[in-house]
Amino acid sequence: MAKNITLPLERETIKDLRAGDRVHLSGTVYTARDAAHKRMFETIEQGGDLPIDIQGQVIYYVGPTPAKPGQVIGSAGPTTSGRMDKYTPKLLEMGLKGMIGKGYRNEEVKQAIIEQEAVYFAAVGGSAALISKAIKEVEVIAYADLATEAIRKMTIEHFPAIVIHDIYGGDQYEAGVKQFRE
Amino acid sequence: MRIIQYNDIVEQVSILCQEANVELGEDVMNAFQQALQTEKSETGRVVIEQLMENAEVAVKEYMPMCQDTGTAVFIVEMGQECLIAGGTLTDAINEGVREGYEAGHLRHSIVKDPLGRKNTGDNTPAIVHIEYVAGDSLTLHMTAKGGGAENMSDLKMLKPSDGLEGIKQYILDVVKVAGPNACPPLVVGIGIGGNFERCAYLAKKSLFRPIGERHREAEVADLEEDLMAEINRLGIGPQGMGGSTTALDVKIEVEACHIASLPVAVNLNCHASRHKQVVL
Repeated sequence: MAKNITLPLERETIKDLRAGDRVHLSGTVYTARDAAHKRMFETIEQGGDLPIDIQGQVIYYVGPTPAKPGQVIGSAGPTTSGRMDKYTPKLLEMGLKGMIGKGYRNEEVKQAIIEQEAVYFAAVGGSAALISKAIKEVEVIAYADLATEAIRKMTIEHFPAIVIHDIYGGDQYEAGVKQFRE
Repeated sequence: MRIIQYNDIVEQVSILCQEANVELGEDVMNAFQQALQTEKSETGRVVIEQLMENAEVAVKEYMPMCQDTGTAVFIVEMGQECLIAGGTLTDAINEGVREGYEAGHLRHSIVKDPLGRKNTGDNTPAIVHIEYVAGDSLTLHMTAKGGGAENMSDLKMLKPSDGLEGIKQYILDVVKVAGPNACPPLVVGIGIGGNFERCAYLAKKSLFRPIGERHREAEVADLEEDLMAEINRLGIGPQGMGGSTTALDVKIEVEACHIASLPVAVNLNCHASRHKQVVL
């Protein structure tokens, strides 16, 4: 059974999540992938303000396909999170509380997730048409010139995901392989 | 000589790009159904069910099954007795990609230069490999190759003394390192032999063979099956969450090589394994 989770994440909610939990996420997320992360990071380094207040928020690593007429969004599944590792500890330090993507995170990110009490979810890579049905509203709010890589504010409902890294150091990728390796 | 019109190629390429991105192959769907019966992990089965449901939504809504609609890669078998009128083959393919990605509302995922990283805005250029064959027909094999699995692919120049065991160990290592990143359950494409660039091409080419179809030579077919069993014992499972379905299939192509060399390339493909073909 999947747990229903409301976003943005409350501290109590984060404390209840464990690696391996199947969840349905509902609420607000912001999208950002490679180019948006690079630009946000450079802005921080130069002492500027980010275009979104990431305090307490969740970032979804996605670059959707263009919406067809009548659609809220096109296909919108997760991209590989590891490419954002370089920028993630800084964002967690600034108050980011959750990330949705797919694939491994490096040691620095895993450590920052524990220290900053955040959570990393994986969505099912390649189930982008199905996931698009869980996205109810979309608005480009920054970096529109980056097209598919722009920052979007999304309202999601019952978005299916799985907890990979929790605040207790739980790691579903490691635990899963250990359980099923022959 | 048989004349093939430039515009006919453009039209067919446009259709290929759209169909490959929307319609999951029957071979993949069959492999999912089979995996659902054998997968030991409950989360693994949930993932596979989600992928099957995704395939249905994609066709029903006629939208891409994955947001990464890929690099358009073509292997063209060009009959030596055909002639293309109205422009070059490469231009026709690129124009077809441009049209297909626009008409199909597919994502533009190609940047013009790898350092500046500005998007070309139409998903061109395609990557085109041409093989000359006998006859007067033109066969276009197309795959929409996603970045996630491509990024976890690898190539190594082994020593001939590494032998079969060395080859197997290397391939298992590549799959282990890829873990969840390449979107398992995977199709593992392997090139053995040739030279540095040729073995990478062989690995790519192997991915165009349908899931379940074994290599024509028994020895290579046996190696495909052995590797498939070993990969599925790694425990990575659907999406790397743990499970017994890490690969849907293993494909190998082999070719002659230098007396000093044993090149091996592993080109990983995600579970969607998007490939389509058309004969003109």
